[in-house]
Amino acid sequence: MRVPISWLREYVDLPASITGREVADALIRVGLEVETVESVGADVKGPLMLGRVLEFVEEPQKNGKTIRWCQVDVGAAEPRGIVCGARNFAVGDLVVVALPGTTLPGDFTITARKTYGHVSDGMICSTRELGVGDDHDGILVLDPSDGTPGDDAAPVLHLRDEVLDIAVTPDRGYTMSVRGIAREAATALGLAFSDPVKPELAPNVSDKGYPVRVDDTAGCAVFAAVTVEGFDPAAPSPRWLQRRVQLAGMRPISAAVDVTNYVMLEFGQPIHGYDRSRLAGPIVVRRAEPGEKLQTLDGATRELDPEDLLITDDSGPIGLAGVMGGATTELSDTTTDVVIEAAHFDAVVIARTSRRHKLSSEASKRFERGVDTAIQGYAAQRVAELLVSIGGGRILDGATLIGTPPPAPQITIPADHAARVAGYPIPVEVFVRRLEEVGCVVETRGEAGAERLTVTPPSWRPDLADPNDLAEEVIRLEGYDTVPSVLPVAPPGRGLTSDQRLRRTVGRVLAGAGYVEVLAYPFVGEADFDRLRLPADDPRRQALRLANPLSEEEPLLRTTLLPGLLAIARRNVGRGFTDLALFELGVVFRPRPDAPAAPRLPVDRRPSEEEIAALDAALPDQPRRVGVVLTGDRQPAGWQSTARSATWADAIQAARIVAEAAGVELSVRADEHAPWHPGRCAALLVDGRLVGHAGELHPKVVEAYGLPPRAAAMELQLDRLEASMRPVSAPQVSTYPPAKEDVALIVDAAVPVADVEAALRDGVGDLLESVRLFDVYTGAQIEAGTKSLAFALRFRAPDRTLTDAEVSAAKQAAVDEAARRTHAVQRGT
Amino acid sequence: MSGPNTNYDPVEVTPLHADEVARMRDEALAAIAAAADLDELRSARLAHAGDRSPLALANREIGALPPQARKDAGMRIGAARRAVNDALAARQAELEAEREARILVEEAVDVTVPWDVEPRGARHPLTTIQERIADVFVAMGWEVAEGPEAEAEWLNFDALNIPPDHPARTTMDTFFVAPEDNGVVLRTHTSPAQARTMLSRKPPIYVICPGRVYRTDELDATHTPVFHQVEGLVVDEGITLAHLKGTLDHFAAAMFGPGLKTRLRPYYFPFTEPSAELDLQCFVCRGESVGNPDRPCRTCGSEGWIEWGGCGVVNPRVLTACGVDAERYSGFAFGMGIERTLMFRNGVEDMRDMVEGDVRFTRAFGWES
Repeated sequence: MRVPISWLREYVDLPASITGREVADALIRVGLEVETVESVGADVKGPLMLGRVLEFVEEPQKNGKTIRWCQVDVGAAEPRGIVCGARNFAVGDLVVVALPGTTLPGDFTITARKTYGHVSDGMICSTRELGVGDDHDGILVLDPSDGTPGDDAAPVLHLRDEVLDIAVTPDRGYTMSVRGIAREAATALGLAFSDPVKPELAPNVSDKGYPVRVDDTAGCAVFAAVTVEGFDPAAPSPRWLQRRVQLAGMRPISAAVDVTNYVMLEFGQPIHGYDRSRLAGPIVVRRAEPGEKLQTLDGATRELDPEDLLITDDSGPIGLAGVMGGATTELSDTTTDVVIEAAHFDAVVIARTSRRHKLSSEASKRFERGVDTAIQGYAAQRVAELLVSIGGGRILDGATLIGTPPPAPQITIPADHAARVAGYPIPVEVFVRRLEEVGCVVETRGEAGAERLTVTPPSWRPDLADPNDLAEEVIRLEGYDTVPSVLPVAPPGRGLTSDQRLRRTVGRVLAGAGYVEVLAYPFVGEADFDRLRLPADDPRRQALRLANPLSEEEPLLRTTLLPGLLAIARRNVGRGFTDLALFELGVVFRPRPDAPAAPRLPVDRRPSEEEIAALDAALPDQPRRVGVVLTGDRQPAGWQSTARSATWADAIQAARIVAEAAGVELSVRADEHAPWHPGRCAALLVDGRLVGHAGELHPKVVEAYGLPPRAAAMELQLDRLEASMRPVSAPQVSTYPPAKEDVALIVDAAVPVADVEAALRDGVGDLLESVRLFDVYTGAQIEAGTKSLAFALRFRAPDRTLTDAEVSAAKQAAVDEAARRTHAVQRGT
Repeated sequence: MSGPNTNYDPVEVTPLHADEVARMRDEALAAIAAAADLDELRSARLAHAGDRSPLALANREIGALPPQARKDAGMRIGAARRAVNDALAARQAELEAEREARILVEEAVDVTVPWDVEPRGARHPLTTIQERIADVFVAMGWEVAEGPEAEAEWLNFDALNIPPDHPARTTMDTFFVAPEDNGVVLRTHTSPAQARTMLSRKPPIYVICPGRVYRTDELDATHTPVFHQVEGLVVDEGITLAHLKGTLDHFAAAMFGPGLKTRLRPYYFPFTEPSAELDLQCFVCRGESVGNPDRPCRTCGSEGWIEWGGCGVVNPRVLTACGVDAERYSGFAFGMGIERTLMFRNGVEDMRDMVEGDVRFTRAFGWES
């Protein structure tokens, strides 16, 4: 809502010296969101004045134009010679002249210059050049009564003003009017307010008015109609009115239309004018019937929905109630008889219609937020009076007024309610005074110290429905800055949960291992699943779909973290970073088959446990995962070492790092799983349960995402680790010396190292402190198709120094177990 | 080894003469002093303190002396050998120290050579700032509450006093999970996590809810469809707007330094009543840029205040829908955008930098934002 300060002054007794900024600050303090304070006309400087055309000569030019060489009286002894290209004026007309030295909007400075063979000593201005209108077909011709040559043109043009631009929150519909903002400004500044809705505007209601029938009183509580006859459609709308409508952000169109807009801006009551000659029979307010159509003023033909509230006559629909009028009864340049509608339509009905037709208008914005229920007759009368004062004619005796506003709710509250909400004492009399300033009627009952207030909110405040609404009014008008600052003391808390701690730890250890965290959007498309080469029946293809995705390419919610990680890797590669180690911690969305729709529960009570369970049953599983992607070099070449490429082993190591952070034991076995390389993919297990996969990505996947060859990835389900997390049981630290033995075992090349290592461990049992693979050999010295694995074993007993015999027995037990399980043969025997 | 020589006339044993012993000692000391390195010192030790050195040999002759002469000769030889051994030890220490010093000099390196570039990891600043915020509140005994990102529409809207046709629903551009009428949305704010908390616990409730939220905005310099919020909720007996203010003041001081003012401006949210927008005094200029064109402030645009979030007293309707006795308990709630917080706190100028995952951006933050 844009409000010129000059307009506010009509209803608030603002001191002459107050600035727009000061008014804005006062309004902000009481809770209006003033976004800007614009000084309009401030860009016009210098001698802009009224002039009278004394004479002119028309001079045809070589370029085909005809210019007028004018002598203009600007109040000085000698007239000025001015060249003018327009021809819409006559000798004796009063015009606006910008003398040399004047600056017009757009930083356009006028100088005396030679043009068309004359020195033009100024410029005669159009409304567009002055910034007060759109008209550039000719120059602005003023009314003789506007002033005399030499007068400053700015006040005549209503050029200078300050305009507040206020963002209106959904609860404060009444501030979509000059009236509402004036009331707030008066309260905020402690000044007198005079309501433009004056008693004398009450229309003379009788049954002789234009016939109206309201079939849907739920949708239309009040309908007022006042008729003006004999209006002159050629009458221009006065400059002050045009200027205000313009400064309020609307376009002046014609006197009749400008007046309806003016009153809407002033009262907040949307108005619609019908050309009476084009109405057929009585106006009927009803819902649409199936199949009905309406061409609205914007030219669109709309299929109506049975829920749409309509204004109709015998011809059918003539307006979408509260949203936009129809084309057939539109006011035109021949309209002499106008039926003025001012109605109250239900906020929800209008909001739905507006949304359904994707049609938002100045009217619908006001109805959605709630319009005063008691001013329809006054508003229609105000329009009628303005029309007659501008274009003549007469107001038909007998206004129509159907329906009565719904009674305002009464709210009874303890007199200390505002104080209890605010947290500081607010005297009863302050509470009452503030509510009265807002427009409430307040009755105080009960003994001093325990009074109860019965509050009836005003007709323009449908938002005041609850005790806290009233408390807010008082607290905001007293000023939020008067509320003290008190830190509440919470009861002792339990700190972070174990999964919250785990997430932090995992993030830290991965960052410590050189991974950079990313937060990818969860939006994916089928194309991602194809790029990942997921089989047709892969459960990851079962993704949740958005009804209104931002991109039709990515309408699905991720079922795996990899597409996002790979896309971000690709972006970094495109920016010249090929050596990447990225990780993401985030949820994926796994729909439950046959999930029911979530119920819409009541809000006047707590839902039952069954109802809450029904909400949850509608939701997808949203497990939390961690994923990594590696490309290029894990360690680039340096002066101490050569480059080391990131490999499948790094991806698996990332899983081990995560498992260590969680304190769980990860085991690994070979697997074939998209999108990984079938020969370089590991299944990750914890307590025998699959928790994820890691390895090198399939070459085609790498290619599809445009990554450097041999990119590797890991994805792991973090919440499955949590299930295996247990408190650590402390190890016994033996102070006896260790015994070290190396053993080399030859096994079939296909035997996993993990199996051999497990056999060694199990073979020794408790005496084994550690086992470490330190060499893998394949080649000429051993049989083809085998490999030699060299392990370093460390033995230690908790209670004694091991004897040589014990150590060799233990080593032998390890070798024996490896031989039994994996047919390992000790090398060199 | 020679035994006591009983055949010689003891007086004939010249090496035991005092001047002879002194000569041997002096020769030894001269050789020790002349040893330039540890090898020469080893030779000198062998020659003058070894088993076959003159002093060692002289020592063996003591037994040949008449008993009355042995004592003197013994003392003389002993003193000479002690002097030699002391000199040897001193010279040894000296030369070792010299060698050590020389090795340390020789081993000097160019310490400006970079370590072979270890890949540097980093956590996303949106993650770490959320943790930092959570820590401020956990330190006061609050707990961190979370909820699902794909959420029931009822919890995202209805339970928070945003009925189906409420204008606030249209201002929060919502992603609906298909089919549109199945009542599941991507949460538009973290408030449903608060509703869940009230549904699952009894007051007193002191929780902070950081998390990811969604709105159908196209990505540009100031918007992103996927972003993060942190919201706080307190429900307890006698909770007031003053408690909200106190909490926000503490929070602001913890995040931006002590002594910063906060300002509440009346506003509208369906889930709080009264409601307010929260402004933070600009932590860079502390308001000194206002009306001071010579000292413009980029952080606050010379406004002196930075819009930080929204807040208010929990609407009793919300308490009722979430099973809290609104007669007995009251509460407050607040929320702010994490991206926005990071933008003005760390001078991030473009929302896209926080979204795109460019490693240069994230690495700059390291492990803590």
